[in-house]
Amino acid sequence: MGIDTTRDTTHRMDLLRFATAGSVDDGKSTLIGRLLLDSKAIFEDQLEAVEATSQSKGYDYTDLALLTDGLRSEREQGITIDVAYRYFATPNRKFIIADTPGHVQYTRNMVTGASTADLGLVLVDARQGLTEQSRRHAVILSLLRVPHLVLAVNKMDLVDFDQKVYDEIYREFTQFATKLNVPDLEVIPISALSGDNVVNRSENMPWYSGPTLMHHLEHVHVASDRDLIDARFPVQYVIRPKSDEFHDFRGYAGQVAGGVLKPGDEVVVLPSGMTSKISKIELFDQEVAEAFPPMSVTVHLEDDVDVSRGDMIARVKNAPTPSQDIDAMVCWMTTAPLQPRQKLAIKHTTRNGRALVKDIQYRLDVNTLHRDQETKELGVNEIGRVTLRTTVPLLVDPYSKNRTTGSFILIDEATGITVGAGMING
Amino acid sequence: MTQTRTDYRLSQLDQLEAESIHIFREVAAEFEKPVLMFSGGKDSIVMLRLAEKAFYPAKIPFSILQVDTGLDFPEVMETRDRWVSRLGVNLVVASIDDAIKNGIIPDAAKISRNRLQIPTLLNAIEENGFTAAFGGGRRDEEKARAKERVYSHRDEFGQWDPKMQRPELWSLYNGRLHEGEHMRIFPISNWTELDVWDYIGREGIEIPNIYFSHQRRVFERDGMLMSETPLNPIREGEVVEERTVRFRTCGDITLTGCVESTASTIAEIIDEVAIARKTERGATRGDDRFSEAAMEDRKKEGYF
Ligand SMILES: Nc1nc2c(ncn2[C@@H]2O[C@H](COP(=O)(O)OP(=O)(O)O)[C@@H](O)[C@H]2O)c(=O)[nH]1
Ligand SMILES: [Mg+2]
Repeated sequence: MGIDTTRDTTHRMDLLRFATAGSVDDGKSTLIGRLLLDSKAIFEDQLEAVEATSQSKGYDYTDLALLTDGLRSEREQGITIDVAYRYFATPNRKFIIADTPGHVQYTRNMVTGASTADLGLVLVDARQGLTEQSRRHAVILSLLRVPHLVLAVNKMDLVDFDQKVYDEIYREFTQFATKLNVPDLEVIPISALSGDNVVNRSENMPWYSGPTLMHHLEHVHVASDRDLIDARFPVQYVIRPKSDEFHDFRGYAGQVAGGVLKPGDEVVVLPSGMTSKISKIELFDQEVAEAFPPMSVTVHLEDDVDVSRGDMIARVKNAPTPSQDIDAMVCWMTTAPLQPRQKLAIKHTTRNGRALVKDIQYRLDVNTLHRDQETKELGVNEIGRVTLRTTVPLLVDPYSKNRTTGSFILIDEATGITVGAGMING
Repeated sequence: MTQTRTDYRLSQLDQLEAESIHIFREVAAEFEKPVLMFSGGKDSIVMLRLAEKAFYPAKIPFSILQVDTGLDFPEVMETRDRWVSRLGVNLVVASIDDAIKNGIIPDAAKISRNRLQIPTLLNAIEENGFTAAFGGGRRDEEKARAKERVYSHRDEFGQWDPKMQRPELWSLYNGRLHEGEHMRIFPISNWTELDVWDYIGREGIEIPNIYFSHQRRVFERDGMLMSETPLNPIREGEVVEERTVRFRTCGDITLTGCVESTASTIAEIIDEVAIARKTERGATRGDDRFSEAAMEDRKKEGYF
């Protein structure tokens, strides 16, 4: 019996989080089932259960969608209604899939899944081509600043693997995407059911020379998507051991949200504006030379300045401006509409406060990108540009620069439910 | 000083660790009285390790809670005690036997002992006023868990409502509660079984030795290999024999099966897990096998 510390199976493996979106029946669940199956993330007992269910329902084939449709109500209705997280790995990468429902009444679930994604995967049915839904999915992914986008043209088997169908969808989509913020786009013709271009290159589509879906997922470069310039360290927790051995220990614990922190850096603590220098950075019982996103570390300062949870440590010459007036795109997530003068709780990084809705500037039609300035409220699953006044200054960056310091959630003070998600403009 | 990285990349295991530590610190900062639910298994030991790292050099700022089923493996209890004394953390034990004695569970005789964990746990949470309870659940374990949030809200009855889950975006967790409610927190939601093993290997931490290959007297029941123990009398037709086995999960000794294995190091276990053809629960947990929705039902009632 023993511990083998020399082994290195997942130590250097990196991570890709991706969100999937597609309309009902485009084949999203089937595709995920296929990715899991072909990467051997599916176990015998899971597959057997699914085969048995498929048979008892009288299907001619194994319904791979059953592998992922988790909750009983979903299995009964045969649809995906909530975000589900799936995991698989290849030798070089681990993948976390946020499987989100595509229907308009589930926009909030899609926003949720996209919030942490490095890559968005939008499915279209080759027979139908681009629909209003697929456009909406691309819009949401771009609003959430998901840096990589894949359009998977599915069910190519049902259009005789015809290149013309693919070309038309490709042309139409790239044209539409110019209106969006899509830094990286790949359009891949697949058949989720038979596996063409999912993991294995399709022999049915010799005209396609791009990567298979799996190859792309494995190789897309995500390390440079982070902001490594603007140092941001929201203080989460102050560690004071109050023990004899660590009598004077005072460490500021948190997760680096941006930039690179090093001992010796001149820093400012916001919102107080006090300045000091980083004396050391620790990760558990080790000192580290640098800390960068998304490391969770403990920072020590040279001076005994007053720092508490909710404060932000940044560089003296590169710090966010504390602000109580917030201009943001908000996705509204509850049935009672968002209206001017409404008061809500707000959480931004580790800072909590209250917010007053000053104005709803417009509602964004996520299908057409039209800005509706007439509507003065936001209904459930609607997205709009909102101005807020907060009780405490928030230490914000534009969401386009930093997805951590540029985002917030809104909470209904009576029910305690998360009712809105905000992305700061600027 | 260690590890200057010029590429500013974190391995996936380091990313998972950083995320989990972030969650522990959020909860410690925002909840009045958190507690860590300790089952004795590898997942809860990984949680303890992460909590240790999150607050070092301070002690873990909350208690740990264990439901004593009276059917736990003695090896698991020994490991627990060593962790508790090394970390100097406060241990709260909620015993099913006491809960029955004190009349907290009516009709105890009619319910399987495994199910009695639920009211015992809920009672301990209520009695101690715990507002947040860390659990070692992972989303890769089971379909119903795949949809559960990191912060999973429980009503006054300790129940989970899968249709009323709060949206959870970015790393912004919403810990708002009403009187009498509590939150289940799953800091290792995004870890897979393999990640857990890799981490145990990398950190060199102690887990119960029943995870490693050993000789044990076992018998077959419902396609699983069960331990011979007076707590679980053998039935007609069942034959006890000694085999070389190990456990993939540590649950109730009467329901947790073992697998034949010669894996005696973490590396060998990892190899075995990597090629295993059955999920850890499907293979060896009698409590999850009863119906396709077994886990979902138990979760709704307030199971871990
Ligand atoms: N012929 C064909 N059928 C497919 C393909 N992908 C999915 N389907 C079928 O389309 C239907 C809907 O698939 P499903 O995965 O449930 O779609 P979802 O609603 O997007 O999750 C099912 O009957 C699938 O078997 C494909 O590539 N080719
Ligand atoms: Mg589906």
